[in-house]
Amino acid sequence: MKPWVRVSSFLLVSLLVSGIGGADGVHQPQPTERISGSAGDVLEDDPVGRLKVFVYELPSKYNKRILQKDPRCLNHMFAAEIFMHKFLLSSPVRTLNPEEADWFYTPAYTTCHLTKSGLPLPFKSPRMMRSAILLISSKWPYWNRTEGADHFFVVPHDFGACFHYQEEKAIERGILPLLQRATLVQTFGQQNHVCLKEGSINIPPYAPQQKMQDHLISPDTPRSIFVYFRGLFYDMSNDPEGGYYARGARASVWENFKDNPLFDISTEHPSTYYEDMQRAIFCLCPLGWAPWSPRLVEGVIFGCIPVIIADDIVLPFADAIPWEEIGVFVAEKDVPKLDTILTSISPEVVLRKQRLLANPSMKQAMLFPQPAQPGDAFHQILNGLARKLPHNKNKVYLKPGEKTLNWTAGPVVDLKPW
Amino acid sequence: MLKQHVPRRGNSFTRQNSNLDSSLSTAVTVTTTETFLSIPKSTASIFWTFLHTACCIGSLIFGFRFSRVAFFLLFSSSLSSITPILHHTADVFLPTLSSANHTAVPGSRVVVGRHGIRIRPWPHPNPAEVMTAHAIIDRVQKEQRLQYGVRNPRSVIAITPTYVRTFQTLHLTGLMHSLMLLPYNLTWVVVEAGGVSNETKQLLERTGFLNTIHIGIDDEMPVEWEGRHRLEVKMRFKGLREVRERRLDGIVVFADDSNMHSMEMFDEIQKVNWFGALSVGILAQTGKSNSMLQRGEKNEPEKGNHPVPVQGPACNSSQRLVGWHTFNNLPYAGQSAILVGDDATVLPTNLEWSGFVLNSRLVWKDFKDKPEWVRDLDEIEKNGDQFGNPLVLVKDSSFVEPLGNCGRKVMLWWLRVEARSDSKFPPGWVIDPPLEVVVPARHTPWPIRVPGNLSAKLSSSVSSGFARAKRIKGRSSRSRRASRRRKHGSHSIQRNPNEK
Repeated sequence: MKPWVRVSSFLLVSLLVSGIGGADGVHQPQPTERISGSAGDVLEDDPVGRLKVFVYELPSKYNKRILQKDPRCLNHMFAAEIFMHKFLLSSPVRTLNPEEADWFYTPAYTTCHLTKSGLPLPFKSPRMMRSAILLISSKWPYWNRTEGADHFFVVPHDFGACFHYQEEKAIERGILPLLQRATLVQTFGQQNHVCLKEGSINIPPYAPQQKMQDHLISPDTPRSIFVYFRGLFYDMSNDPEGGYYARGARASVWENFKDNPLFDISTEHPSTYYEDMQRAIFCLCPLGWAPWSPRLVEGVIFGCIPVIIADDIVLPFADAIPWEEIGVFVAEKDVPKLDTILTSISPEVVLRKQRLLANPSMKQAMLFPQPAQPGDAFHQILNGLARKLPHNKNKVYLKPGEKTLNWTAGPVVDLKPW
Repeated sequence: MLKQHVPRRGNSFTRQNSNLDSSLSTAVTVTTTETFLSIPKSTASIFWTFLHTACCIGSLIFGFRFSRVAFFLLFSSSLSSITPILHHTADVFLPTLSSANHTAVPGSRVVVGRHGIRIRPWPHPNPAEVMTAHAIIDRVQKEQRLQYGVRNPRSVIAITPTYVRTFQTLHLTGLMHSLMLLPYNLTWVVVEAGGVSNETKQLLERTGFLNTIHIGIDDEMPVEWEGRHRLEVKMRFKGLREVRERRLDGIVVFADDSNMHSMEMFDEIQKVNWFGALSVGILAQTGKSNSMLQRGEKNEPEKGNHPVPVQGPACNSSQRLVGWHTFNNLPYAGQSAILVGDDATVLPTNLEWSGFVLNSRLVWKDFKDKPEWVRDLDEIEKNGDQFGNPLVLVKDSSFVEPLGNCGRKVMLWWLRVEARSDSKFPPGWVIDPPLEVVVPARHTPWPIRVPGNLSAKLSSSVSSGFARAKRIKGRSSRSRRASRRRKHGSHSIQRNPNEK
């Protein structure tokens, strides 16, 4: 055959194949849609070979001993910092030679001082972080070389590296001054907020994967709940009147929709919470004291379209996952019109969102499985770090004699040794 | 920052006092109880005391914290927007406060601080939106069925024996509505005892679209339960013959008119290959206490203490059929109903027909691929075997497929509720012409004993019921036609001779 015939027939066949493959997937056995992120299908990128990470060997008082003192840290929603450390220790991106490393990781479990009821206390965290940085800057030359610009830290607490659970106090403190140049991997994300600095990588909170898998129900159970939510509307112990908690948004949801048959909302703690989510079409994810919540992860895993009510929130891996196409965003001022907004979504759009949610790479990107699997949240963090490479020589590496970090900035109480 | 004023005295004013939000951040001095109770020393304190009292009284009248709005409007300097939505409970919508710890970074719309709780003027569901939401739910479920449900649904052939009696409308309507909900193609074979009648025909016409085959059998339905069970089996065989003659293709279900079917059952039977068996819950009607029922479930030791006996396939741990759960008749020996409409427990047969489903091709004549463990209809009827249990259709009962998670899931309930065979009811349940009898409605819950054919309960409840309905309509227009009462002897309701 003549070459041009061969080429044109090949083109024709490939066009046909791509045409069929690009269809809405109803004819495939598992109808899902490929998620094309802003930079292409970055969810499926493999970070191995694209970056090298050096893990500092900190004394065990910064990590192992803290965990031994309170093993509850492995199950709460801030457990990402611990699992990230475990993952990096045995990952192929780890290098034992710091000279060839692109990124440096400091394993300090700052979110592991827990109260009796299991909530983390952030009061010692700044001191611990500062002490860790003092250690690495004195023992290794790499911190001083860049003043932390090629170091990354995992800070999954409520307001990230501001290390406080109350927003006003967190804003007052701001991000720990020593971390000014470092890359922060955190769950908190809100635009134009003091506690989110540019270049941070936003991750989902840790959700117990095994527990969620155990509660999966058969997918032919019809989804009969329109909107589902379980959680507090008024935080009686801290804000009984309402108005502070969740910026009044949760209270507004309750007051407007408590008698609406389409909204299955209450403050109960049912044992069938995960099963109920799999029977619901929309799951509300309103802000609480902080804008992020594990409900987003749960909604994605169980195929329930997340309805995000948090102004200016930055969602996990926002540069890889097109959240607008997957979830529904409702401004806090539009909460009284929530039923109108949700019913005005056309069924085709709803089905499309469900197909996007059913995509296994989407679900995988939200989880921290043990052991790590390709495409999971660990790999997305590494992808995010890899995308920031190569380091800008001028900005990252300091000229000799140039110092920008103020080692004595911040509240006096933080300067005490840990 | 919230400052809490510790109340000095425990009277009603301190509560309001301590809650006054000093994040109003201006020079508002909050009067304490002490100031209120002590002798006012200066005009300023008099003024503040007066203002505080006025606000308290105002709050009591209006029912919300009126003082906050007043103070805020009077003293606060920076306001973003005031939207005056007032809820009649204590939620006042306040404009977003710019407190001392203001965080308005340029470009950010989000501020920290106390926000109002937005409530729309009428916070109740809108019916049009509820309908739209149900349409969305419907579409989602349809998509789910397409993806995860049955790939190639086969049509369902329901065989129902029926006959005209008081409760026929009740039972048949229930069955009809269940069948109308099915997403599968349906053929409904209705076999009627006593021949095809107009009553049943009218009832069946209400389905509109159902593909109904209405046939009759000449025998009249006997009055005893024993005979009724036998005739029902004969009618089912007549239905099977109909399937055979017309070569209907699908899954045959024996849908008795007084049974209750769940929709999941019809989804489950799509899995049947040739001959399947389901678990049937037996709701044995009883006039006795529940203790009788509980004693009747002896054959299900592994099912635990549930009060409803279940008939159906029994499996071992490797999901293979090993036997049958049947109904234990012994507790009811001697106390069961003999005649239809008796006030006693109606017992099912050992294995009810309704718990079995079969592929319609099994009854076709000359079907080449029929499995050899199936008996031919002609052969069964020739021997007169059909009055045994339904397993008579197969030679080897080990080929029966247990459905519903090996019989663990009950999706079908057997029930027999009938009025007495000589009870009367208005034809088509239409009272035409309307009643003219005016009877004082009975206020006593117990029946009044009257002589006559009908049982006391039936007559009094019927007559008082109708009398009540009559009253609602109004007496005036009817009393004029009192003279025509006696002429309308064709009313199918037997009236209480005590009526006036």
